Amino acid sequence: MIDLIHDYWLYFLVGRYPDGPLGGLALTVLLASLALVLSLPLGLLLGLARISPWCALRWPVACLIQLVRGVPLLLVIFWAYFFLPSLTGHESGQFGTMLAALVAFDAIYLAEIVRAGVQAVPKGQFEAARSLGLGYVSTMRAIILPQALRHMLPSLVNQFVSTIKETSLGYIIGLSEVSFIASQINGLVLTKPVQVYFLLGLTYFILCFSLSRAAFWLERRQARILKAAA
Amino acid sequence: MFDPQVLLSGDYRDWLLAGLQMSLLLMGMTLLLALPLACVVAMLRLAPSRLLNAVGMLYIELIRNVPLLAHFLFWYFAAPELLPQQWKEQLYAGNIEATSAVVALTLYTAAYMAEDIRSGIRAIPVQQFEAGRALGFSYLQTMRLCILPQALRLAAPPLLSQTLNLWQNTSIATVIGVAELMYQTQRVETASFRSVEAFAFASAAYLAISLLIAGVAFLLQKRLAR
Amino acid sequence: MITFEKVSKYYGSHHALDSISGQVAKGEVLVVCGPSGSGKSTLIRTINRLESIASGRITVAGQDIHAPGLEVNAFRSQIGFVFQQFNLFPHLSVLDNCALAPQRLRGLSRQDAEQRGLDLLDRVGLAHKAKAMPAALSGGQQQRVAIARALAMRPPLMLFDEPTSALDPEMVGEVLQVMRDLAQDGMTMVCVTHEMGFAREVADRVWFMDHGKVLERATPGEFFSRPQHPRARQFLADIRSPWAAAG
Repeated sequence: MIDLIHDYWLYFLVGRYPDGPLGGLALTVLLASLALVLSLPLGLLLGLARISPWCALRWPVACLIQLVRGVPLLLVIFWAYFFLPSLTGHESGQFGTMLAALVAFDAIYLAEIVRAGVQAVPKGQFEAARSLGLGYVSTMRAIILPQALRHMLPSLVNQFVSTIKETSLGYIIGLSEVSFIASQINGLVLTKPVQVYFLLGLTYFILCFSLSRAAFWLERRQARILKAAA
Repeated sequence: MFDPQVLLSGDYRDWLLAGLQMSLLLMGMTLLLALPLACVVAMLRLAPSRLLNAVGMLYIELIRNVPLLAHFLFWYFAAPELLPQQWKEQLYAGNIEATSAVVALTLYTAAYMAEDIRSGIRAIPVQQFEAGRALGFSYLQTMRLCILPQALRLAAPPLLSQTLNLWQNTSIATVIGVAELMYQTQRVETASFRSVEAFAFASAAYLAISLLIAGVAFLLQKRLAR
Repeated sequence: MITFEKVSKYYGSHHALDSISGQVAKGEVLVVCGPSGSGKSTLIRTINRLESIASGRITVAGQDIHAPGLEVNAFRSQIGFVFQQFNLFPHLSVLDNCALAPQRLRGLSRQDAEQRGLDLLDRVGLAHKAKAMPAALSGGQQQRVAIARALAMRPPLMLFDEPTSALDPEMVGEVLQVMRDLAQDGMTMVCVTHEMGFAREVADRVWFMDHGKVLERATPGEFFSRPQHPRARQFLADIRSPWAAAG
């Protein structure tokens, strides 16, 4: 196994870069981070729309959310793969496709997280703001969202962990993320599948476990702050 | 243009239906195996022994922090190599793709269900447990006969949510060549170039079953609220 | 039937049971009473090892119940225990609640176990509710089923931990009646209860406990008319006060 690591560690970490596009673990992390950053504003908007007092906004969004949650991410990726080029007019490549699919999919799940976060803010906060004369949007922006976002932080980190795991599906459309690279390595070496896939699992484990521990720590810190304030 | 007729006849229809059937089969087999496994892991997590606790925790963390796709790759490419020669041959003679898929899905789903079942068990008042022990039942008998039936009822809503995830996760089995719905959809698309119709069918199929599961969850919620 | 030899149990520095000694003879009905926190529930729960003890010895039918070789489950199946909160299994019907243990632990066939269950339900007056679910029964009915469930294992000893304390007053009588009948049939019983009327009529002996100690042991007649210990006198006075619940 040491030889394996020695020969392929760079390929595993960054793919063919700089002789080719970025790949491997670096691509996985980059893709996940970008997807989270881009899906956050979209998820926020969708979540707010979902709980807004205007039916015309609420119902279509609720239907959209149910629709996307009813189909697997893989299918969303294929939608993007086959139909994005016709929508945008030019080829989007594997990275672009994957990014688009992840942003759309995660935004839907983030919408639910936002909804839960906002609904967790005590109703009294909302009433107090409205009593002062603040409009709905201002209330949201100045009073509710800042509190909600603080509550949502652990869930957001967990969502990031989910996104990292979701990047693995890029394998199926040939994106050179870390699982794909691992299979390439397996194809080159042929005699050590157990070691290759064990190392792949270990990599994901270290990455995701540390992040979920961080989320757990954040949650505990939240609870402590809330208790101290009470 | 969009022409669903293409799908409604001949080979394409057969392929797609076979794929749907396989996906449902994967889900069914996994549920059958994952629920008991999840109960075992949940009880490990609740055991008084710290060692058993740690084993349960390790299982859950190892499974949950690795993507399902990587699990599939491992159980298809790597795990068979670890088996003795005789078993390996038997496996390859049978349907190794589906077997690896069920193993991966079962372990993955059980890891998530275990936590929900654990919450369910913890919600049962300890007096129920005492009543079972007072009658003379052992720890395991009390769990099996008195506590788990109640805990599973309590855990039904989150378990149904996990079933929904499971249904969608069956799509990833395509990566190791299982002829489930996604695989067949791609096959139809490649053969007929009718991507819109093929993916529309797949989307409708996934949605339909998802809505069915959500419907069961909704009805259950109403019944339990009584 | 039961002997206690210097049985003690502590929660930190608090003595839940303070060097309790005593005996319960076969066929005897013992009532243990006292104010809350006196340790009476703890004492009865040590008999079937729902509570552990820190020191001392308890024997049931001559057997040291903490002996290393003792099979605790088999031991427990020989003792009937009735809880304050009934603790029927809500996912099983009334009949199944009674038939479960005989079937699984005594190896009875399903029919035999159900027949036994029905006989016992008849004895407690609830044969007509055999197929009902526990949630459909009143508190008094549930407690009577709980007694039938315990009796289904044909134990030589029955323990009752405040069996009527969780019941509305009008249902107390039906449960006490069942217990009275059991006593008349010669069952060895230890009851923790506040029901002084029951104690007076049915008990052979009364133990008064306070702060983990048995302060007085007497026959019901002696205890209720001429309590010796000052705290026993205080307790009886409190119970009999016009402001206390009827008992």
